[in-house]
Amino acid sequence: MYGGGYIPKEEAPKAVVNDDPKMLAAFEERVTRGEKVEPRDWMPTEYRRQLIRMIEQHAHSEIIGALPEGTWITRAPGFRRKLALMAKVQDEVGHAQLLYSAAETLGKSREAMINDLINGKSKYSNVFNYPAKTWADVAVIGFLIDAAAIVNQVANSKGSYGPYCRALERICYEESFHLKQGHSVFVYLATGTPLQRSMLQDALNRWWKPIMHFFGPSDEMSEHTLTLMKWKVKMATNDDMRQQFLSLYVPKIQELGLSLPDAELRKDTDSGKWLFGDPDWAEFFAVIRGNGPCNAERLAVRKAAEVNGAWVRKALQQPDARYVTPLA
Amino acid sequence: MSVEIQSLDPRINRLGLHTHEPGSPDTLPPHDHWGTYQVFHQKKRGDRHTAVGIVHAPGAELAMAYAKEQFGRRGETANLWVVDTRHVMALDYADQDMFATTPEKTYRDPGGYKVNDKIDAYREKMSHEHTP
Repeated sequence: MYGGGYIPKEEAPKAVVNDDPKMLAAFEERVTRGEKVEPRDWMPTEYRRQLIRMIEQHAHSEIIGALPEGTWITRAPGFRRKLALMAKVQDEVGHAQLLYSAAETLGKSREAMINDLINGKSKYSNVFNYPAKTWADVAVIGFLIDAAAIVNQVANSKGSYGPYCRALERICYEESFHLKQGHSVFVYLATGTPLQRSMLQDALNRWWKPIMHFFGPSDEMSEHTLTLMKWKVKMATNDDMRQQFLSLYVPKIQELGLSLPDAELRKDTDSGKWLFGDPDWAEFFAVIRGNGPCNAERLAVRKAAEVNGAWVRKALQQPDARYVTPLA
Repeated sequence: MSVEIQSLDPRINRLGLHTHEPGSPDTLPPHDHWGTYQVFHQKKRGDRHTAVGIVHAPGAELAMAYAKEQFGRRGETANLWVVDTRHVMALDYADQDMFATTPEKTYRDPGGYKVNDKIDAYREKMSHEHTP
């Protein structure tokens, strides 16, 4: 569901590695031709590093993203909604596994990725550092955050790295179920009793800011960004994805007579672009740095799951077992 | 200072979790999540098994249990195979050029044997010879 596409800037930029120019030229030609890159191919050092960061962060977002919604499984209103939510949350964990596998083919082990997550070194999508206070939050997450994720994932599924594209193809298919069930919950609340409607409006008001943050701030059109686009690691700019999301989903919110907490939000008739008020990027960066309402809880829960399961995994360990990088 | 986590979720509060203490990293040892198995999925009887991805597991039986959850939880499934990744021998993509000329070997393809123009020419010729 959940990759927002925004990869935080690195605090200490890595030293530039000079790859063999002949190999680099052949690689770039292959990518430009639209051929996919596969796990054991030669690839630029920076391509591998950036892909690992991106896929790993996407995987973390899936597994952490299961937590705010998972909270509501035991309190879902009715059996059918409970079944659907269980299926969706299971899908998110499954997506994490698919993505961890794709990143593993690039040479970073799953244990190393999880260590970086639980020790706060790797990031995940910022939206999951906010609490899901009511059942209406499940509607907003399932409908709008999954919708935003689909915009990003459909773009990325046309990227250059084979294993990531294959994982995303399957993920997008499952996301379309998430979006539909989220929309269903959303519409039921929007067309329900006045109390249900006001609960949904409240959730929408609280989630709108994190949703506007979802794709990240405008890209710096640096040489680095342009290289990632040429290598088909980054497939669309943050602004383009945000515009696409607004065009697709603001009308679906407005048709239900709900409002959005941004007085400046409107589509400019001349440029066809959405205009909006300042989404408060200062808050966005503060939450990324660990100061959101739920950062500590999310990491503590994830860590407890790993720590509490350790003895079971150890007991099942086979003495002759040995790790090899998965094939695809 | 480590503080107790206060959650909206009573189940999380019951765990008595604490915030991470700086300087005490928890790390999983290498291989803690076991090795990997490649999963092959057959949608319907009569279809081929297709490689769909991997699962981490300590042995084939648990790999199969995970494969059922991960690759058989929706849609149709007739059958699954799991194979220890260590037992798969794969070519290097760098050697892909060994197949470069294969598409040119038209003598191996049905399309490499076109005779209709010969037949047409023959029939044309015959029809002239027999015209009085």
